[in-house]
Amino acid sequence: METIRKLIRKQSLEKLYNQLSATRKVYAPVTAADSQTEYKYNPAFTDITFDHIRSTLSVKNVVFPKVENLFFYSNAKTESTITDVDINKIPEVVLWGAHPCDNAAFDILSSIFCWDITDEFFSKRLEKLVVIGLGCSKSDEYCFCTSVGLAPDSAKGSDILLIPLQNGDYLADILTEKGNNIVQLSPELFETAGDEKSALTEVKQKFSHDKVTTKLATAFEHPFWVENSLRCLGCGACAYVCPTCACFDIQDETRGKDGKRYRSWDSCGFGLFTLHTSGHNPREVQSQRWRQRIMHKFSYMPDRNKSLGCVGCGRCSSGCPVDMNIAEQLEVLQNI
Amino acid sequence: MSNLVTKAKELLDSKTVQVIIGYEAGPTGLARPVFVTDPLKADKLIYDERCVQNLAVYLTKHEVKHLGKMAIVATLPVMRSIMMLISEQQITSENIVVIGISSEGTLLDIADIQVMQGYIEKSDLSNPSKYKELLAELNKLTPEEKFAYWQKELSKCIKCYACRQACPMCYCTRCAVEVNQPQWIPVQSNTHGNMDWHVLRAMHLAGRCISCGECGRACPVGIPCHLLTMHLTDQVYNYFKVYAGTSEKMSSVLSTYEPNDKESFII
Amino acid sequence: MSDFEPKVVAFVCNWCTYAGADLTGTSRIKYASNVKIIRFPCTGRIDFMLLLKAFANGADGIIVSGCHPNDCHYTSGNFHAKRRWIMFKELMDFMGVDMNRITFSWVSAAEGARWAEVVNTTVTRLRELGPYISYKEMVNNSVEEEVKNE
Repeated sequence: METIRKLIRKQSLEKLYNQLSATRKVYAPVTAADSQTEYKYNPAFTDITFDHIRSTLSVKNVVFPKVENLFFYSNAKTESTITDVDINKIPEVVLWGAHPCDNAAFDILSSIFCWDITDEFFSKRLEKLVVIGLGCSKSDEYCFCTSVGLAPDSAKGSDILLIPLQNGDYLADILTEKGNNIVQLSPELFETAGDEKSALTEVKQKFSHDKVTTKLATAFEHPFWVENSLRCLGCGACAYVCPTCACFDIQDETRGKDGKRYRSWDSCGFGLFTLHTSGHNPREVQSQRWRQRIMHKFSYMPDRNKSLGCVGCGRCSSGCPVDMNIAEQLEVLQNI
Repeated sequence: MSNLVTKAKELLDSKTVQVIIGYEAGPTGLARPVFVTDPLKADKLIYDERCVQNLAVYLTKHEVKHLGKMAIVATLPVMRSIMMLISEQQITSENIVVIGISSEGTLLDIADIQVMQGYIEKSDLSNPSKYKELLAELNKLTPEEKFAYWQKELSKCIKCYACRQACPMCYCTRCAVEVNQPQWIPVQSNTHGNMDWHVLRAMHLAGRCISCGECGRACPVGIPCHLLTMHLTDQVYNYFKVYAGTSEKMSSVLSTYEPNDKESFII
Repeated sequence: MSDFEPKVVAFVCNWCTYAGADLTGTSRIKYASNVKIIRFPCTGRIDFMLLLKAFANGADGIIVSGCHPNDCHYTSGNFHAKRRWIMFKELMDFMGVDMNRITFSWVSAAEGARWAEVVNTTVTRLRELGPYISYKEMVNNSVEEEVKNE
């Protein structure tokens, strides 16, 4: 579908939000008590923040929840009954106000979850997701979207992209059928666009991801990994806040005769992530795990999934307790 | 801090140690840990009010230990962590050199562990005052308010275990949460699973926590989990008159007892 | 809620309180039947996580009971337990978990009547406190938290 560019005024945006919020789940960013940004379902429009840089946790929760039930079981004397989770019960969710970096992550997650077999849960949630993205009016030193082929106004992953204007209104780029369906709910809110000036921020490019990918092809044994990962605590925070990290653990939890199998987020940074039942651990030390993180995102994924595993949102670096600044490391790496 | 750099250079040049664990200034202006093995790079080392992380966590890390004998830039919390690690036999005093930093930020001459112990014994070992205030505030609430407060905070937990990884005393190669025969702590990050985890962590640190606050600082979603461990630090002192990290031979609070331990609730 | 009968789980040591509870029975002393007893070799073996699991599985109240100090069958198990409970109680108080619902006691093998008294007092107190709704809600809401994603 060809992109249609419209103008939507702030007051019209409020009307649109209220209309959506009344009839379906809308996941929108608000400022929490300790001034962090977090996403909540159906907050009041006046609570929504339009100038956050990044939320603490990514929005992958809407397609890849931190805990997700897979099936339920009940154990009788000689057999078990299994009840599947009815994925048709998954409701439509409108993701409101997520930035282009977060939205570009959905494609990347798809390339993992729908690689050789299709993950039903993920696919259904993605199918039911409508993304109203928001271009960035602010950025900080942790942002590096422009180094990974994105920008503060990238359309990737959005169904409608709102671009902030200097006068407080927004341009609305309608990119997909899903987006158009939302517009058709109240088409009068969308006016003709002129040549209004946008209020997008600028993000300076820090490194070339092509150079990084090329360097990584021959850098497996380089001392860079040990030198630069000594301070890494192996805490897992980076994988959990990352919009494209998709590793998960599957566990059963039984109480008496009944139980459920669920999956929950996991991190390759944990020491026991690759522990085999034999006791052998191929990634025993932190440098191996740090190397895995970078290579997976910037070498293995481009090779196999044909997409980078990173959107440059900067959450890993701003959330890291010891400043393992990924952009800084890649700037160095591209020149080793 | 130029005499810190001089001292570091001396230690590396004379091959007394193979690595200095200290702080450097990162490109975003934050202080972060640095591992200096080359005396020519010793001027990376800084010390100022940004340097608050507890570096003792690196003393038990495989890749750091294997660089050789270690020197560590140590403020009071780091010194106490070192004492605890020696007392729990995770490091030996022969393998480290302590570069002491006073509470005013000046270099201290810590010749050996006994000198360090003397310095610790002269210091105020109770919870730092800003945490004392927060704890006092929380203690004023009714039980229902307290429960609601912790439910709200713990619902944010994503079970990333940054709190555990940042703590120098959480050095177990296989943590209780990583055992699934039985699965003590639910893996999932819902409020119930999160509460079980934080209760377990606080109890496992009772009598061992030296109130550095690192766990709360490391938390990516801002849960004040350091208040749980610090509250127990207060109580360990109240009941048993012991502060952690004050001697090379601490007796572990929860694996020892005094026959006249006093309590008022057992009927 | 006048017909509310609290569910109580009792963690007891084999050598003293369990034997004491046996004596209560053989002495034909009647007492509240709300208690489910779990037998441990010693109170020193009782992990604090078990108490939380009891609440999570629907208990409204808990009794933890063992040998009197200096009378432990394994010499010092109950001293270790005492220290552990002191810390655990402080942590639970700090987190707002209702410690009025947990009774800690020393009941010896000869104190059959006393065991009945401990159980009866606990059950009476729990009848007044009512079911432990806030804890049950937390556990149930935790299930809801997952469903919220749907």
